[in-house]
Amino acid sequence: MAITSSHKSKLIYTVLAWTISGLIFFPILWTLLTSFKTEAEAISASPSLFMFDWTLENYRDVLERSPYFTHFWNSVVISIGSSLLGLLIAIPAAWSMAFVQTKRTKNLLMWMLSTKMLPPVGVLIPIYLLFRDFGLLDTKLGLVIVMTLINLPIMVWMLYTYFREIPSEILEASRMDGATIIEEVFHVLLPIALPGIASTLLLNVILAWNEAFWTLILTAANAAPLTAFIASYSSPEGLFYAKLSAASAMAIVPILILGWFSQKQLVRGLSFGAVK
Amino acid sequence: MGSITLKQVTKSFGDVNVIKPLDLDIKDGEFIVFVGPSGCGKSTLLRMIAGLEDTTSGNIEIDGQDATDTPPAKRGLAMVFQSYALYPHMTVRNNIAFPLKRAKVAPAEIEQKIASAAKILNLGDYLDRKPGQLSGGQRQRVAIGRAIVRQPSAFLFDEPLSNLDASLRVNMRLEISELHKSLATTMIYVTHDQVEAMTMADRIAVFNAGVIEQVGTPLELYQNPVNRFVAGFIGSPKMNFIDIPTANDGAHSIGVRPEHIKISNDEGMWAGNVGVVEHLGSETFLHVHVEKIGTLTVKSDGDCPFTYGDKVFLSAAQNKILRFDKTGLTLPSLTEI
Amino acid sequence: MATTQSRTLAKFMLMPSVLLLLGWMIVPLCMTLYFSFLDYNLLIPGEHEFIGFLNYEFFITDPAFTESFFNTLLLVGGVLTITICGGIGLAILLDQAIWGRNYVRIMVLAPFFVMPTVSALVWKNMLMNPVNGLFAHFSSWLGMNPIDFFAQVPLLSIIIIVSWQWLPFAALILLTAIQSLDREQLEAADLDGAGPFSKFFYIVLPHLSRAVTAVILIETIFLLSIFAEILVTTSGGPGYASTNITYLIYTQSLLQFDVGGGSAGGIVAVIIANIVAIFLMRLIGKNLEG
Ligand SMILES: Nc1ncnc2c1ncn2[C@@H]1O[C@H](COP(=O)(O)OP(=O)(O)OP(=O)(O)O)[C@@H](O)[C@H]1O
Ligand SMILES: [Mg+2]
Repeated sequence: MAITSSHKSKLIYTVLAWTISGLIFFPILWTLLTSFKTEAEAISASPSLFMFDWTLENYRDVLERSPYFTHFWNSVVISIGSSLLGLLIAIPAAWSMAFVQTKRTKNLLMWMLSTKMLPPVGVLIPIYLLFRDFGLLDTKLGLVIVMTLINLPIMVWMLYTYFREIPSEILEASRMDGATIIEEVFHVLLPIALPGIASTLLLNVILAWNEAFWTLILTAANAAPLTAFIASYSSPEGLFYAKLSAASAMAIVPILILGWFSQKQLVRGLSFGAVK
Repeated sequence: MGSITLKQVTKSFGDVNVIKPLDLDIKDGEFIVFVGPSGCGKSTLLRMIAGLEDTTSGNIEIDGQDATDTPPAKRGLAMVFQSYALYPHMTVRNNIAFPLKRAKVAPAEIEQKIASAAKILNLGDYLDRKPGQLSGGQRQRVAIGRAIVRQPSAFLFDEPLSNLDASLRVNMRLEISELHKSLATTMIYVTHDQVEAMTMADRIAVFNAGVIEQVGTPLELYQNPVNRFVAGFIGSPKMNFIDIPTANDGAHSIGVRPEHIKISNDEGMWAGNVGVVEHLGSETFLHVHVEKIGTLTVKSDGDCPFTYGDKVFLSAAQNKILRFDKTGLTLPSLTEI
Repeated sequence: MATTQSRTLAKFMLMPSVLLLLGWMIVPLCMTLYFSFLDYNLLIPGEHEFIGFLNYEFFITDPAFTESFFNTLLLVGGVLTITICGGIGLAILLDQAIWGRNYVRIMVLAPFFVMPTVSALVWKNMLMNPVNGLFAHFSSWLGMNPIDFFAQVPLLSIIIIVSWQWLPFAALILLTAIQSLDREQLEAADLDGAGPFSKFFYIVLPHLSRAVTAVILIETIFLLSIFAEILVTTSGGPGYASTNITYLIYTQSLLQFDVGGGSAGGIVAVIIANIVAIFLMRLIGKNLEG
C-alpha cells in the first residue's frame, strides 16, 4: 500500500511539474513552432500547435533580407572575445585574492561587485562621447571592451570562489617541488580549476551574448550583435510573426544549447558560490 | 647534506607573536620531532623552514648558507603535508615525476627514479591511477614518493600520519623510520602522537607557546625534563603532579610518573580509593582518589586485581620523583645532592 | 603562502583588474558629474555654461522622474517578489521525486538563456498582442474582451515579461539550495511530529535564506537597469507609465541630446543604486560570509 501511495504522489507531482514547466517553456516552444509556419498561419485566430504546413521559407527570407550572419558573427566575436579577455585579466586577480589573502581582500571583492551595481546610465554619456571621439562607436572592439569591463567583477568573483576550494597546500607543494610561479599556475592551478574556469567562461559568454543595453546604444549597422538585430524587428513595418520567430530562433538557439549543456556548473557560478 | 640552523628566529602575524626568538641546531641526517600543544607554532616554524612563510626576524641557515630569504623552490627541501597535497589531476606517476620535471631531469632518469621510488614504497600497481582512486595510506606513500625522488637535503613532515587509521599509522611509522635509516637524510617531523615522537626521534623538541622548552633525546626528555611542562607533556599517561608545602630547597610540587607508583592493598605512602580502572590487556591504568592530593594515575600489570571502590595504598619510587620549584623548573633530584 | 614575494606578486596580479575597474568607474563617473553641472546639449553648439544644480532641479522636479522612480521600485520589487515566491514553489516541486526531472529542469531553465530583446518581442507580439496574440485568441475563445496589455497595464506587462526571464534563475538556485538540505534534519522533524507547514517554515525556509539573499542581490543588480524590454515593448509609454529611471535617462540624453540633464539623471541613478547597494551589501555581508 505504501508503494502505491508513493507512486500516486509521484504521479501527481510529475503532472504538476510538467504542466508548470511546460507553461514556462511555452513562449519559446511557440516561437520555434511559429518560425516554421506561413505568415497567414502564424496570425490565424485558431492557431494549431503542430498540425500545419511546415515550411522553412521564413528562415530563407530572414537570411536573404538581412545580414543575419554578420550579426551572428558580431555576437560571437563580442561575447567570446570579451569573455576570453576577461579571463586573462580576472584569473590573476582571483589568484591573488584566493591565495594571498589580506585584510583588504574581502573589501576589495565587495568593491568589485559594487562596480557592477553602478547603473550603466551613470556612465552612459561619457562612454558614448568617449567612444564617439575615439571612433569606437559601432565597432566590435568597442563592445568587447565594454563587455569585458562590465563582466569583469562577476568573473573575478566566480573564479575566486572556485579557487578558494583548491587547498593552498597543493600550490605550496608545487612550490616545494621547485615549480616557478608560472609553472605553478599552468601545471597545477589552472588544470585543477579547469571546470570552474570553463563555467565562468560559459556564463560570461551567455551574459555577453544577451546583453542588451550597451549593444543597443553603442552599435548601429556594422557591429550590431543579435540583440540589436532582433530589436530592429520591433518597428511596425517589420511585423511578420513567422519571420520574427525565425529570426528569434536563430538568435537564441545557439545559446540555449550552450546553456543546457552547462546548466549544472552554471548554478554555482550564477550564485557566486553562495549555493554549492 | 642537510644541517639546518635557526638563529633567533621569530614570526608574528600582525601583532601576534607566534614564534618567540628561537634557536635550534638540526644536524645533518638527524630525525628531529617537534611536539607541543595545538597552536604552539610547530607548523608555522616548519613552514618557515620550508620557505612558505616569511621569517619576521632572525636567520635560517641550510648547510651553513643563509637561506632566510630563499624561495621555497630553491631550498632543496621536501615537504609532506598532513592533507597529502597530491596533484589531483595527475596520475601517481606524474605526481612523482613533477619535481623531477621541474628540475629538468632527463626523461630516462625520471622513469628510473619513479621505478625505484615505486619499489621502495610499494606503489607499482598504482602508478597510473589518479590520487582520488587511492586509499589514505596509498596517498601518503605517493606524497612521500614525490618527496624522496628529488633527493632533498631534508624532509619536512607536518603530522603526516594523523589522517590514517591506527594500524596503518603503525605501519607507516615503521616505513618512515626505515626510510630514514636507509636514506640517512635529515627529517623534521611534527606530530601529536607520543609514540611516534618517542620511537622515531633522534631528538625531540618540545614547543610551548612559540618557544622551545627543551630539546633532547627521547630518553633525556623522559628522564630529565627541564621543567614541569616538559615532564607533563612527555610520557603517557601523563605524569602525576602533587603540590606540596614549600620545602626549604624551594620545591613547590613533585611529579611522579604512573609507571613509578606501586599499588598494594596493605601498605604505602598514600591511602586511596580506586576509581576508574582501564584494562589494556598488557597493562592496567588505575585512577586512584587520594585524600588531600587528588586523583593519581597508576600504571600496573595487565592482571591487576583491583576494582572500583577498593581501598589501596600507593607508594612512589623515591629515586624517580621529580621536584619542581615555584616557576616549574626542575630541581636537582634528592639523590644528586 | 604568505611570503613577501608572493604578496608583491599578488599586488601586481591584482593591478590590471583594479585599475580597469577604477578607470571604468571613476573616470566616466567624474565626467558625468562634471557634465551634470553644465548647460550642454549636443544640438546646441558653443560654450557649455556652468549652471550649478539647475540640471538636477529640472530632473528631480520633473513629474516624469517621480513616476519613473516609483516605476523602477515597482519593477524591481514586483519581479523579485514573483521570482522568489515562484522560485521557491518551483524548487520544492522539482525537488520531489518526479519522472523526467531532467527534461523539466531544461524547460524551466530555458527562458534565462533568451536574450531580452527576443523575449520582449515574443511576448509583445505573439502572446500579448491585443489582435493577433495568443492571449487575445484565448480570451475571445472564452468570450471575453482581449486585454490590450501594453496600453492598459504597461508596467505590469513588463513585470510579467521580466519575471518570466528571471524565474528560472531563482528556481534553479533555490533548487540547488534545497537539494543541499540535510535530509536527516527533515527526518528528525518527522520523528518530532512536525507537519509539512512547520517543516517548511522552520527548516526549509531558514535553510534557503542564504540562497534567497544571493538571488535578491544578483537580480537587483540586473533589474535596476532594465532597458531593452522597455525599449522594445512600450518605449516607456503610454506617457511615462512604463518608464524606469534607466529609460528616462536614455530618452533625455540620447533622444533629446541633453547631455547635462541626462548626466544629472545619471548621478541621481547612481545615488539611488548606492542606497540600494549599501542596503544589499549589509544583507549579504551578513548572509554570505558564513
Ligand atoms: N596565517 C595566519 N595568520 C594569523 N595567525 C596564524 C596564521 N597561521 C597560524 N596562525 C596562528 O599561529 C599559531 C600557531 O599556529 P600553528 O599552525 O603553527 O600551530 P601548530 O603548533 O601547528 O598547531 P597544531 O598542532 O594544531 O597543528 C596559532 O595560534 C594560529 O592561530
Ligand atoms: Mg600544525
